[in-house]
Amino acid sequence: MAKFAKKKDGDLPAVSTASLPDIVFMLLFFFMTVTTMKDSSLLVENTLPNASEIKKLEKKDRVIYIYVGKPTQEYQKVFGTEPKIQLNDKFANVDEVGSYILAERAKKPQELQNVLTTALKVDKDANMGLIADIKQELRKVNALKVNYTTYEGNAFNNLQ
Amino acid sequence: MPRRKGAPEVNAGSMADIAFLLLIFFLVTTTIETDAGLDRMLPPMEPPEEDVVIKQKNIFTVNINKNGQLLVEDELMQLKDLRKAAIAFLENGADGTCNYCQGRKDPASSDNPSKAIISLKNDRETKYSTYITVQNELVGAYNDLRDREAQRIFGRDFTEMEAEYLNPETASSIRDDLKDKVKRVQDMFPQKLSEAETTSN
Repeated sequence: MAKFAKKKDGDLPAVSTASLPDIVFMLLFFFMTVTTMKDSSLLVENTLPNASEIKKLEKKDRVIYIYVGKPTQEYQKVFGTEPKIQLNDKFANVDEVGSYILAERAKKPQELQNVLTTALKVDKDANMGLIADIKQELRKVNALKVNYTTYEGNAFNNLQ
Repeated sequence: MPRRKGAPEVNAGSMADIAFLLLIFFLVTTTIETDAGLDRMLPPMEPPEEDVVIKQKNIFTVNINKNGQLLVEDELMQLKDLRKAAIAFLENGADGTCNYCQGRKDPASSDNPSKAIISLKNDRETKYSTYITVQNELVGAYNDLRDREAQRIFGRDFTEMEAEYLNPETASSIRDDLKDKVKRVQDMFPQKLSEAETTSN
């Protein structure tokens, strides 16, 4: 036994790193469960108008989003500055709205298919003509429950 | 003195650092984001079987032109006056069947709240923000009236009751109780907001 030199007194014992993997795994599992894939990145400008008489959109799994607005700076060269519709991750025409709603509806569980809300996230500078066309498309596929998503605030601020 | 056996104690001093790191990370990344907005129902595609005859005096027409000006009952109106005009129309109660209405009972205006219809028309070039403001004012008119009646009967605001009723975290016993109350107030002033297709001229 004398082969091994005796440790000097007063030396700090090495910290046991045995639990480090546990911590790392804990973090890993946490992020795995919490992270949701980002639905879509915005291709359009999306400054919502203000409104005061609003209701909260509970239960995100029952909502289908439609974005409308001017294409952002980087897309303006290609798509111009007229307000466009964004469905998922790409620009779309009005006549694609109906099939998009039907496709999204088919993805949801059966029991939710009748209680879906369509959230219209429309830029405040968009024209009603496009919105009217979208509404017409929504009526065609019987998606009658809509929510004009807004910020909370004084509605009269919209007019400036 | 016998030497102690087993692994030496781990220095837990850095545990606090790790915890703080996590805490700060979540503080920074978490966004409590629930979308909110104006709920509306679109009319179904098929028109109703029989044509319902609606008296002109029971319809409150609101027209928005492309410059954002309002034509209410064939008169130019400022947006800020819209809510008051809509409230006056809704609770007019000309036929006297509405005992909770405080309107003027003008025979040229709506008969009672369940018959009163607000018709909103807009131009294709109307700005969306103007449209939302008008929608907001009209919904606000209904909410003001409903709040008033809910205050009178149940001693609390209708909007607050409805929000609690719709909140999924509310206990189901409270929700059942609220359901009837909400329904009752809604029926006093049913929301009849019709939107015709937009005109393009």
